[in-house]
Amino acid sequence: MKNKKLNSLMASPYLIWSIAFIIIPLLMVFYYGLTDKDGSFTFENITAITTPEHMKALGIALLLSLISTVICLLLAYPLAMILANMNGNKDRFIVLIFILPMWMNFLLRTLAWQTLLERSGVINQVLEFLHLPALEIINTPYAIILGMVYNFLPFMILPIYNVLNKIDRNVINAAKDLGANNVRTFLSITLPLSVPGIISGITMVFVPALTTFIISNLLGGSKILLIGNVIEQEFLQTSNWHLGSGLSMVLMLFIIISMIITAIFDKDGEGSAL
Amino acid sequence: MTNILRKIYVALIFVFLYAPIVTLMVLSFNESKSRAKWGGFTFKWYIELFQNEAIMQALLNTLMLAILSSVIATIIGTIASLAINKMNRAGKTIMMGITNIPMLNAEIVTGISLMLLFITVGIRFGFMTILLSHITFNIPYVILSVMPRLKQLNPSTYEAALDLGAPPLKAFFKVVLPDLAPGIFSGFLMAFTMSLDDFIITHFTKGPGVDTLSTKIYSEVRKGIKPEMYALSTLIFVSVLILLLLINRTPKDKTKKEISGGK
Amino acid sequence: MKKIVSLLLSVAICAMVLSACGSSGGENGVVYVYNWGEYIDPETIEMFEEETGIDVIYEEYETNEIMYPKIEAGAANYDVVCPSDYMIQKMIENDLLQELNWDNIPNASNIGDQYYEQSEQFDPGNKYSVPYCWGTVGILYNKTMVDEPITSWSVLWDEKYENNILMQDSVRDAFMVALKLNGHSMNTLDETELQEAKDLLIEQKPLVQAYVVDQVRDKMIGGEAAIGVIYSGEAIYTQRENPDLVYVIPDEGTNVWIDSWCILKDAENVENAEKFIDFMCRPEIALMNFEYITYSTPNDAAKELIEDEDIRNSDIAFPDLSQYNNLETFQYLGDKGDEVYNNLWKEIKAE
Repeated sequence: MKNKKLNSLMASPYLIWSIAFIIIPLLMVFYYGLTDKDGSFTFENITAITTPEHMKALGIALLLSLISTVICLLLAYPLAMILANMNGNKDRFIVLIFILPMWMNFLLRTLAWQTLLERSGVINQVLEFLHLPALEIINTPYAIILGMVYNFLPFMILPIYNVLNKIDRNVINAAKDLGANNVRTFLSITLPLSVPGIISGITMVFVPALTTFIISNLLGGSKILLIGNVIEQEFLQTSNWHLGSGLSMVLMLFIIISMIITAIFDKDGEGSAL
Repeated sequence: MTNILRKIYVALIFVFLYAPIVTLMVLSFNESKSRAKWGGFTFKWYIELFQNEAIMQALLNTLMLAILSSVIATIIGTIASLAINKMNRAGKTIMMGITNIPMLNAEIVTGISLMLLFITVGIRFGFMTILLSHITFNIPYVILSVMPRLKQLNPSTYEAALDLGAPPLKAFFKVVLPDLAPGIFSGFLMAFTMSLDDFIITHFTKGPGVDTLSTKIYSEVRKGIKPEMYALSTLIFVSVLILLLLINRTPKDKTKKEISGGK
Repeated sequence: MKKIVSLLLSVAICAMVLSACGSSGGENGVVYVYNWGEYIDPETIEMFEEETGIDVIYEEYETNEIMYPKIEAGAANYDVVCPSDYMIQKMIENDLLQELNWDNIPNASNIGDQYYEQSEQFDPGNKYSVPYCWGTVGILYNKTMVDEPITSWSVLWDEKYENNILMQDSVRDAFMVALKLNGHSMNTLDETELQEAKDLLIEQKPLVQAYVVDQVRDKMIGGEAAIGVIYSGEAIYTQRENPDLVYVIPDEGTNVWIDSWCILKDAENVENAEKFIDFMCRPEIALMNFEYITYSTPNDAAKELIEDEDIRNSDIAFPDLSQYNNLETFQYLGDKGDEVYNNLWKEIKAE
């Protein structure tokens, strides 16, 4: 009983905080999303997602961020495993080394990729020197994917590394002693135990990738319109906050979708690590 | 053999992550103001940087915001994670849903909704409003880092400590916290980093005269990024690196993995 | 970890103490200025503070559209802003600006008459705004990468230059190019004219290397593209960095834009705001700003002070506007008009 009381006491600061700074502002977004300029109720801002331009922007954003998330997962998982298996003394330092790039400003880092990828950029000069064909991906979707993977990869590495690092090595050794080979051990022990980290990594990569607009502007040459760009424009260029809010409400649908996905992954009712 | 492959793999990702950083560092020594042209080697941007009061003030603001917001968010977030972990399924789902909102909303929506809130309540825009906003978007990063760790926690160690007569608080600090430490630390780090990098939310919640490095950089974009900014980023980066090296040299703390890995 | 946290905390506390000491108001009050990023020589602010004892609280924005909601929402109590032409009109119509008392801004007479005339398009009767910077929009090309001298917007539709064209990434500027090429006004609300312009821009899209705003400069300097649409103020700088670049105002006409000082309706420090604007209109101060930001100054007295003859007589910095046809300034088209343009632009971008 005492525990319960303590628990609600511990939950209260965050609860109050989230009501004041998350829920109430969110309700304001709902208010804008469900009204028009004169303040009367409408669904128009939400149904606006079905126009061809918006559907296309949403579709491309979903596609690009999905691809980026998969690439991030494929790159990060082996890396996190290698890092987790390193000798205990150095591991945190090495993880920090992979987070460190994020301490250079996001915009500067993305601009630096432009300098690298441009037609007469650094990479192409090196390729030319080696008599290799030039790499022409700047201002294409590939450059956007590269930018997303680059910027969000650390978000995938960290949570996976965290769970892997926590797995009791004795369990793995026991499996091996019982005759399981590496693949079997990985599939039946390491991978299932790391699911919470994977899920949390996927959310942390997919979500910002889905709503980004700066990456597509800088590396995609603004030729590809993502849903993030549309919302950004509605707020900052068109000053149509109602439509912007309506469209972001549609994006919020993905909260619900990702919660459902987590529920499927998490049948034991352990609660989500989302 | 696999060992070499591993090293190559780590090295490749390392190169991928650091190529732009090296590029920025090189640009900070570029005599030409243009990103696209090499005008010769110079140290002048480093000298000009320290004479630029606006940039130094922005740096100060940025650091204060990042430190304060990440520390506060780490405390609130860790306590909240502990509480959420004990909740029933419905409570958990609701809390995690709320936690996901600031992450899933386009930054611009979060920024504008917070601006609307502050106007409605009548708080004067300034350092305080940015701080509140940063804490708000930082807490989810902490919770998302601590929760997976918490789930793997073996509850019996804590109970064992209680059974052995340790007071709950002591049992918590001696048994639970060390196990959570890596998660808390990476959450803190993530929060710090996000605060350092944020532009949009800061822009809409800041008051006149309070600038962070991000808002400064973005307002410079129109006329081109000043090379002083490259110099400053290089300095920040190098000093963080040195700090890390120093910390790593001190004797390892208890939270480190006891069993050495490797096969 | 404890060490890091305690170290960081102590840094934070020191920083707090330091910054608390730093912010004390000037002896003669303050003035809140909200200006474009990198749009002033910081030294001129210091000179103003020293001379008048007024503390300048200076803040920057990136675009008119980012500035507007902050002002409209009353999120902060600014005194002086520096919006562009159409935005000034919008702010006048929405009752956000106050009429200027010209008696308190005597140096405003240093601004050339032609700029006040141009301002009438968005500020009828010159009641609200004092021109600060101005310029044109034109084509910047790399003469080593094109075959013939360029005189028309139509070059932006020339398939020879596929993937070598940089277009402006803003609705009004992009439509201006297409509308002017078709011989229409860039402030049109005519449906067929706009549809034609839209089709033209969609037709152009495969040829465009990138839609950019600020990147034109660096990309053109680096030889990334042959042709770019650019603001004249940037052209002077890019030419200095890469002498192969040439700036032209196309024959079909273009946009003449003006950014002007205005005082907000809710300003609390009107007197200081007037002093600030007056100070910025002084010839030697305007000259300093011109040399710092390279955007053309409408301050005729300042222009006379320019020592470098090439710049004083430069066609880019100070074109003789009477030589060109079809020059226009953007007007605010109302919320409905904006919506029409924005929707068409979205269709182009989603294509």
